[in-house]
Amino acid sequence: MSHFSPTAAVSYFFNYFLMKGVLVTIGLTVAAVVGGLILGMGIALLRMSSNPLLAGAARFYIWFFRGTPLLIQLVVIYSGLPQLGIKFSVITCALVGLILNEAAYLAEIVRSGFMAVSAGQREAAWALSLSPWVTFRRVTLPQAFRLMIPPLGNSINSLLKATSLASVISVEELMRRSDMLMQEHFQILEVYAAATAYYLILTSAWDALQRRLEKHFGRSSAAKTRRVAASAPVAQASVEARA
Amino acid sequence: MSEISMTTAEAATVQPQLREVPAVRMEAVYKHYGDFTALNEVDLKVSKGERIVVCGPSGSGKSTLIRCINHIEKHDEGLIYVNGIELDRQRKNIDAVRRDTGMVFQSFNLFPHMTVLENCILAPMTVNGLSEAEARDLAMHFLTKVRIPDQAEKFPGQLSGGQQQRVAIARALCMRPKIMLFDEPTSALDPEMVKEVLETMKKLAEEGMTMVCVTHEMGFAREVADRIVFMNEGKVVEQAAPEEFFKHPKSERARTFLDQIIH
Ligand SMILES: Nc1ncnc2c1ncn2[C@@H]1O[C@H](COP(=O)(O)OP(=O)(O)OP(=O)(O)O)[C@@H](O)[C@H]1O
Ligand SMILES: [Mg+2]
Repeated sequence: MSHFSPTAAVSYFFNYFLMKGVLVTIGLTVAAVVGGLILGMGIALLRMSSNPLLAGAARFYIWFFRGTPLLIQLVVIYSGLPQLGIKFSVITCALVGLILNEAAYLAEIVRSGFMAVSAGQREAAWALSLSPWVTFRRVTLPQAFRLMIPPLGNSINSLLKATSLASVISVEELMRRSDMLMQEHFQILEVYAAATAYYLILTSAWDALQRRLEKHFGRSSAAKTRRVAASAPVAQASVEARA
Repeated sequence: MSEISMTTAEAATVQPQLREVPAVRMEAVYKHYGDFTALNEVDLKVSKGERIVVCGPSGSGKSTLIRCINHIEKHDEGLIYVNGIELDRQRKNIDAVRRDTGMVFQSFNLFPHMTVLENCILAPMTVNGLSEAEARDLAMHFLTKVRIPDQAEKFPGQLSGGQQQRVAIARALCMRPKIMLFDEPTSALDPEMVKEVLETMKKLAEEGMTMVCVTHEMGFAREVADRIVFMNEGKVVEQAAPEEFFKHPKSERARTFLDQIIH
């Protein structure tokens, strides 16, 4: 027992059961990013609204979801809500939890991106009598998006790893399936070596994609637009240090 | 205030032909930022084809004044008419005024993620409904006029400050404005680039464009302006032809201002 078997690790890496877990991890991440972006955009808009009630509601949302562990949010949705008669499938619970949580982070990223576009850009658009929609779609959004890419990338990297928390509510993603294999064969290091390799591959692939996005959207040398600091994902990273 | 707007409205209907509608008319305009009064009972009339230079010490309200003309800044009290259209907060009036006015900013405010050409064709296409081909022709016409047709495919960040400002002028002209507003268009430029921008502005003036320019370029003012408007602490302190203003400033404040600036 006191040795590490590389061949076993490799065989776990090519284990079909584990691979399907990887696909679930990817699926959860993609769905949470898409859902989180849509919801996050809405929350960012509310947060920037001049109506204090709407802005306050958005601030409360962000405060709440960034201030509590994702793990608790998932467990409450999965095992707490049924007590109130609200019951979802396991995968829906995971998605709802991940999207609600991710939206809070992305809302702040979206907001800081828009705030970093200088007021002069909007004024120039007004002076040209561009409509509010054209101003948003053609002037502010592209510039804000470019500023959002670095913090967005960090957040998605964290999210990719945070999906492992869904294992706690028995979603059979990469982490959960690793646990299952481990309990079956007791080759702890070998199983988790394979899982670790998959997480590294996924995060590295995302890094590469992010760099390409940055390059693509940064093609014009922007003299006056400031870069926005990556600030949001720190709290989420600490969530991953779970029991 | 409603009385004033009634009488002016009547005046406009009773004697439409008697006097030409001025390009800009401001009556008792106030603008506040909290407790601070940025515009304090400002009256200003700009006739069509007139070239006005606005000057005054920093913080005197020059930018605020010019930005109220196209409603980028909302005045709190008083009346503003641009080509006879009242800026009364109705969306359609604001849009109409903005279509009639072009603005050039100190910091250029070109869209950094678009090429020079894209900067120029965006508004003509989306606001005026021009086809891309028409908008391109128009843009190239004005880029040629400001003497940078060869930079059309570049991004603003690849151009010098002087070139960027000339693009900004071309971009504004592509909307065929009747009035051009300039807010310190050369203040952010290196000295050697000031001239090319001023030359462009002079050319516009020669073609009869109505212009309101905030600038400290007194040489330009002397040569081009029909009238100098001197502001201090949110008020229009004096207005006079350049000759008159530079030789015999009436107010003490204008005298000290000119002493500081002309050296
Ligand atoms: N958004 C704002 N909020 C508060 N105060 C403002 C705002 N904009 C301008 N002010 C104040 O209003 C006053 C007039 O500003 P304005 O920009 O019109 O001056 P200016 O004559 O253009 O000065 P400068 O020569 O420095 O450009 C200044 O004291 C400024 O501090
Ligand atoms: Mg100013």
